[in-house]
Amino acid sequence: MASDFGVDDDLGPIVERIRAFFASALPESPLEPDQDYFALGLVNSLLALELVTYVEKSFTIRVDVEDLDLDNFRTMNRIAAFVRGKLAAAR
Amino acid sequence: MDHVTFAESVRADAAEWDREGGVPTEVVRAVAVAGFLAADVPARYGGRGWSPTEVGRLCADFGGVCGALRGLVTVQGMVAAAVLRWGDAGQRDRWLPALTSGEVLSGFAATEAGAGSDLASVSTALDAGRVRGRKLWVTFGAVADVFLVLATQDGRPVAVLVDARQPGVSVEPVTGQLGMRAARIAHVRFDDVPVAEVLAPPGFGLSHVVGTALDHGRFTVAWGCAGLARACLDLTVAHVAARTQGGTALSAHQSVRAVLGRCLVETRAAWQLCAHATALRENGDPEALAETVLAKYGAARAASVVAEHAVRLHGAAGIAPDSAVGRFHRDAAVMRIIEGADEVAEQHLGGYALRGGS
Repeated sequence: MASDFGVDDDLGPIVERIRAFFASALPESPLEPDQDYFALGLVNSLLALELVTYVEKSFTIRVDVEDLDLDNFRTMNRIAAFVRGKLAAAR
Repeated sequence: MDHVTFAESVRADAAEWDREGGVPTEVVRAVAVAGFLAADVPARYGGRGWSPTEVGRLCADFGGVCGALRGLVTVQGMVAAAVLRWGDAGQRDRWLPALTSGEVLSGFAATEAGAGSDLASVSTALDAGRVRGRKLWVTFGAVADVFLVLATQDGRPVAVLVDARQPGVSVEPVTGQLGMRAARIAHVRFDDVPVAEVLAPPGFGLSHVVGTALDHGRFTVAWGCAGLARACLDLTVAHVAARTQGGTALSAHQSVRAVLGRCLVETRAAWQLCAHATALRENGDPEALAETVLAKYGAARAASVVAEHAVRLHGAAGIAPDSAVGRFHRDAAVMRIIEGADEVAEQHLGGYALRGGS
């Protein structure tokens, strides 16, 4: 699978924080940063909502209704890019 | 009026509401005027900005008086939480002040004949801005002004607000159900009804919008159950201390004391589960979601266990018409089904245990 993003010093630590969430939430399903866990059917509705709270709490950002686009959340790399965008906008 | 004073002022009326099948309109109005509806919504939308701790106390104290009264707070809180979290700025401005003031009463319309625990399989459909389908067991649905409806659009879950006064909305009040008899429960049919709002993009209606509402609902139900358990314990302690049989107080019997001990532990455990979930919610902790499922499950079971013991220790008084513990016992049975039945919660909690939830 082609990577959404190249190796990026800004994204790396963000991806790792998100990886920690999935390692805990889906211990039996090791995920790559570009794997679409929604398409794989690994994320139930409770976990999808927990993911929002985790991202908000971990990066001190607010996920708004305008951010509800599956493309912001479907892979760890996409979440990281979304988070970086939010952090940049807040600066 | 503070909520404890309010709750005590209506305690003596709860049996009649249960018998007559409804919390009276003027009491619903009084709850709204006193500021107990959606009190956790921020002040800029007319709420009181209450913390989870404050909402929890309210629900415990209402739950210890009347399950339907707590149900009113629950449903309005659920819909307001969904709008606050996932409404856009205009939707929040349009709906939250009316929900906090009680000018608009809301119903949560998700369950269907073919979709109870598995809400992903709802058949209610949104097509060209109109909704069609039939929803069951809508708490305060008989008097609601607006419904939060879970539907699907092109196979994707979508949450919408529907004005109850629109032509094509038909409300069938439910009577004679086991418990929550005063909660104005209704089945509601939507026959090609134009929707007032779509909350969040299609695809997020279940996991995010309805998910947020249900999480809030579980939280308030959990506290309501803790309050119900405590009320049953208090009533039973008073009964066994006062009641004598053959010159001996019931409380002097070892078997009675043992049951009281079990009830105390159940009640305390329910309370602490709720307190733990509350602390996580105060902190915005992601685990709050799972811990709220846990608290609701544990508190509902505790309520059910304590209420059953309470009925037995009350003897004939427990099964008499207008018996408070009898009503609590019937309501507690409902608590183990709504906002996620025991068996569904166990599936989530088993997964949480595998994650090392602690």
